[in-house]
Amino acid sequence: MTNILHNLSLAIVLLPLIGGLIAGLFGKRIGIRGAHWVTIIPVGLSFFLSVLLAKFVIIDGQSYNGVIYTWAVSGSFHFDVGFLIDNLTALMMLIVTFVSFMVHIYSVGYMQGDKGYQRFFSYISVFTFAMLMLVTANNFLQLFFGWEGVGLVSYLLIGFWYNREAANFGSLKAFLVNRVGDFGFILAISGILNYFGTVDYAQVFAQVPALAKAHTMISIFPGAQWSVITVICILLFIGAMGKSAQMPLHVWLPESMEGPTPISALIHAATMVTAGVFMVARMSPIFAFSQTALSMVLVIGAAGALFTGLVAIVQTDIKRVVAYSTLSQLGYMIAALGASAYSAGIFHLMTHACFKALLFLSAGSVIIAMHHDQDMRNMGNLKKYMPITYVCFLIGALALAAIPPFSGFYSKDAIIEAIHAATVPGAKFAYVCVLLGSFVTALYIFRAFFYTFHTKERMDEKLRSELKESSWVVCLPLILLAIPSVIIGALLVKPMLFSQHTILSKAVFMLPGQDVLKKIAIDFHGAFAMTLHSIKTLPFWFAVSGIFVAWLSYIALPQLPSILTKRFAWIYQILQDKYGFDDFNQLVFVRGCQRLAKACYLVGDKKILDHGLVNGSGRLVVWASAIGRKLQTGYLYHYAFAMIIGLLAILIWLVF
Amino acid sequence: MFSNLPLLSLLIWLPIVGGGLVLLTGDDRHANKARWLTLAIATVTMLLCIPLYLGFDTATYHMQFTELHNWIPRYDVYYSLGVDGISMPMVLLSTFTTFVVVLASWKPIKKNVAQYMALFLIMQGLMVGVFCALDSILFYVFWEAMLIPMYLTIGMWGMENRVYASIKFFIYTFLGSALMLVALLYLRYYAHSFSILAFYKLPLTMTEQVFIFLAFLLAFAVKIPMFPFHTWLPDAHTEAPAGGSVVLAALMLKMGVYGFLRFSLPITPDASQALEWLMIILSLVAVIYISFVAIGQKDMKRLIAYSSIAHMGFATLACFMIYMIINRTGNIADAYMSLEGAMVQMISHAFSTGAMFFGIGILYERMHSRMMADYGGIVNTMPVFAAFFMLFAMSNVGLPGTSGFVGEFMIILSTFKASFWITFFAASTLILGAAYTLWMYKRVFFGEIANDKVRQCEDIHGTEKVVMTVLAVAVIFIGVYPEPLLNLFHASVGHLLQISHISKLG
Repeated sequence: MTNILHNLSLAIVLLPLIGGLIAGLFGKRIGIRGAHWVTIIPVGLSFFLSVLLAKFVIIDGQSYNGVIYTWAVSGSFHFDVGFLIDNLTALMMLIVTFVSFMVHIYSVGYMQGDKGYQRFFSYISVFTFAMLMLVTANNFLQLFFGWEGVGLVSYLLIGFWYNREAANFGSLKAFLVNRVGDFGFILAISGILNYFGTVDYAQVFAQVPALAKAHTMISIFPGAQWSVITVICILLFIGAMGKSAQMPLHVWLPESMEGPTPISALIHAATMVTAGVFMVARMSPIFAFSQTALSMVLVIGAAGALFTGLVAIVQTDIKRVVAYSTLSQLGYMIAALGASAYSAGIFHLMTHACFKALLFLSAGSVIIAMHHDQDMRNMGNLKKYMPITYVCFLIGALALAAIPPFSGFYSKDAIIEAIHAATVPGAKFAYVCVLLGSFVTALYIFRAFFYTFHTKERMDEKLRSELKESSWVVCLPLILLAIPSVIIGALLVKPMLFSQHTILSKAVFMLPGQDVLKKIAIDFHGAFAMTLHSIKTLPFWFAVSGIFVAWLSYIALPQLPSILTKRFAWIYQILQDKYGFDDFNQLVFVRGCQRLAKACYLVGDKKILDHGLVNGSGRLVVWASAIGRKLQTGYLYHYAFAMIIGLLAILIWLVF
Repeated sequence: MFSNLPLLSLLIWLPIVGGGLVLLTGDDRHANKARWLTLAIATVTMLLCIPLYLGFDTATYHMQFTELHNWIPRYDVYYSLGVDGISMPMVLLSTFTTFVVVLASWKPIKKNVAQYMALFLIMQGLMVGVFCALDSILFYVFWEAMLIPMYLTIGMWGMENRVYASIKFFIYTFLGSALMLVALLYLRYYAHSFSILAFYKLPLTMTEQVFIFLAFLLAFAVKIPMFPFHTWLPDAHTEAPAGGSVVLAALMLKMGVYGFLRFSLPITPDASQALEWLMIILSLVAVIYISFVAIGQKDMKRLIAYSSIAHMGFATLACFMIYMIINRTGNIADAYMSLEGAMVQMISHAFSTGAMFFGIGILYERMHSRMMADYGGIVNTMPVFAAFFMLFAMSNVGLPGTSGFVGEFMIILSTFKASFWITFFAASTLILGAAYTLWMYKRVFFGEIANDKVRQCEDIHGTEKVVMTVLAVAVIFIGVYPEPLLNLFHASVGHLLQISHISKLG
């Protein structure tokens, strides 16, 4: 059996790589049709094999942890490339290959006629490979490989249209901000290797309790002793903050929308940005021992959930609304991890992957119809022209707003309840944030919904006459994503969160008393009861009132938004400025760094070292030799010769 | 059948003598003759590396393929050669790099072809000599002789400002190594031999060690170059022709680090340990300060030159961190990764930086400018080249899966054993390295086509493509599977750690 799992996972991981390489290296030769077939078929196969793998692992209870090859051995350290296939991995593989498969199909329509067609398919297939390497890793080295690999492809895809300045700026920004996170991440890995002597998950996790018990301390600043576990956890989380776009490292994600929409769905919503969530869940055996780190995770996640959601309300670009919504939802997932409700975080990751991919691809469908105009101010009443997209967007919006019985309701409600029940410091603040967040979420997404699909038509006449529903390659993935966006919540809430042995119970680790989901499970009496019960809960009414306010401001009283923006101009301005993160970074980091660089070069290297010391000593030699000019000829070899004689003299003097 | 051949001598003298033959082909009317002859010699030496690699025993730290002949018996100077796990990979690297340089210079060099090709062959032989010499005077001769062909390369085929740069290069490096000779003579006085291995066993007092260490330091630090002795490098690089830059970056800089490993650590272990703080600080300054200087560059070649210094900072950091690691953990095995990381860093840097210098050479040939401001949108006209350059840029950034990652990763991970703060500063390269490399990439390759010159650029073809492919394969192979390379180091690095750790004070 282990052999089957080994080969199966190897096939799942490598198939997309092979497809991607063929499309990338021989793109010209195989042509447009060749490029999409050669990538779609392997990714499709990967998806079906992942289903098979999920059956073996999740239903039959198999698991696998083994080495593929030894990457490097050096002294006392050993680095392998290997797979850890358990329920968490199997679930992630399923999500990644499913969304990737859908996005591959969808891109056939979306990227039609683009001159980088083959390149695009090559990138997304290689991305799938890197993401699969990330989730299947059984050690930190491979995790880091996948981590940086997805970062690279994300960079390449944000800058996919390399003639656009904004795209190039966005991609560079994404890479650098992510690198700030990776900086923390590699410090964490160094710390882990230092204290555990290995980067293998199983061996590290086995040693954590002993290290925690011994209260091993590290002195980073003189006089201050910090728990090693906490330091490692916080550093790991800094890595997660970069990739999963948590404040203040979230600034790259909105800019990433410069890439083609399918990749916004795949990379910047469903998969890559959830890598941080996955990573913290995977590292639960370490995080469990640091209450400080968990608190930090909880507070940062929850604050992000609310504050980035608020920014989404004032956006006019349809993709930016969805992008800020992603930031906010990532905040929910991260907050769930902080409350030790790992299962709820992963569950939300899963439902979110479906409905957010659905929302992005629906937005993409709108963008195709609008001839690549993304500004909602030019849209309106699209329901008349694009019924399938309309329904799909509505389903996505309802799931996002957590309206029962759509999938988002089950996962998000569980998160809010779990945070309510959590006892780590900061839980009260977090609860308020996520609760208000559910109002904000419903408001911004239904604002976008009404603004785009209802209200009066604002596009010009020529465009209106050309508006039509997108082709079947675009609509099919929408429908296939809409189905799970409706049903997986109700279907999986029990096995994921509230049964005796939940799917992830063996993959994540909690100390006794940390399991908040167990606490709230007492009130759970099946998915149906949960749905009915929701009418009596706060989050539900917050969400409904969000939808109501959106309806009020855009359908019932269209003049309301402009009155509000005038009355609360300062709040509006703050949100427009996105709390000033971008301006601050531009001013302090970008400008500051450029100034410092200039100073280092012109003053440090040019003036002091080169002009002062090097040429200065040169001038000194010239000056000195002017005195003894008569003795010397000015030829280089004479000087050299004199030097050697002199050195010999010193030597003789030293020896005797 | 190869066991009787003096393999190392062949690797040294075949290219040198061959270089002489190439010179005899005469002027540029026979340029093709010179090219083919050079390629033949470079190929033969490449082939000679196969028995060297296959016959090399990775299980022992002892010198292999040794040769010993009298040279100047009156002064105990021997013609003594041999390689271990530290020098053997460098020999392979030198031969490989020259081969690639010959290919890459096929078309771009049109003036004085025979002389150009001959100089590179001679440089190859001398370089191999540096890495193989076991007699310190032999080493010194090769070491200094290297300067002449490089000086000529820059001076004859360089750009506008080549005279200043070549003289600066020559005087700087020559002055640096003068004191090394003094140190060698001093050591000989007590050891009664110029054999490097004999120096290892020589007991020395702390004062002696410190002086000898500093004498070596000047020679090696200038060569690497370490901050603050680095200002000759950007000048030399910008003025040198592409091939010269490649050899400079890929090989000559490595001679400095090799010197630390072959001389400083084992001969003056106590001084190395006592002055580790100085070396670590200088290395970290190289990593951080030089990275900032790189960000501020407008000239691509200068930028890569500064990036080289920053990358070599990692290698020197790794060399001298071993004492802190061993002192903290008390286990020599913990320090392997640091030194082996330095070795990988050197080899990887040769590939990725070498490739980038080639790349800039390719661009220069088409655009006649090194200034980033003259570029923009190259990816539109040279997509294949842009893809290759992206790979090498990513290796420079240390992306996993490329060779650049391996060394950096091993070194950064090792630093934590020494001190958290070293890790903290060293790891900043993740951000800074990405900043200067990718910002350059953005300005040169991305964007709309900036001007007509860019519009007329032809994508790479023929030998250019071959060279890029060969280097790309090397970068990816080491990145994905470094173990075969590391395996060459283990025994020798272990021995080196052993002897660099034992105090000579007695």
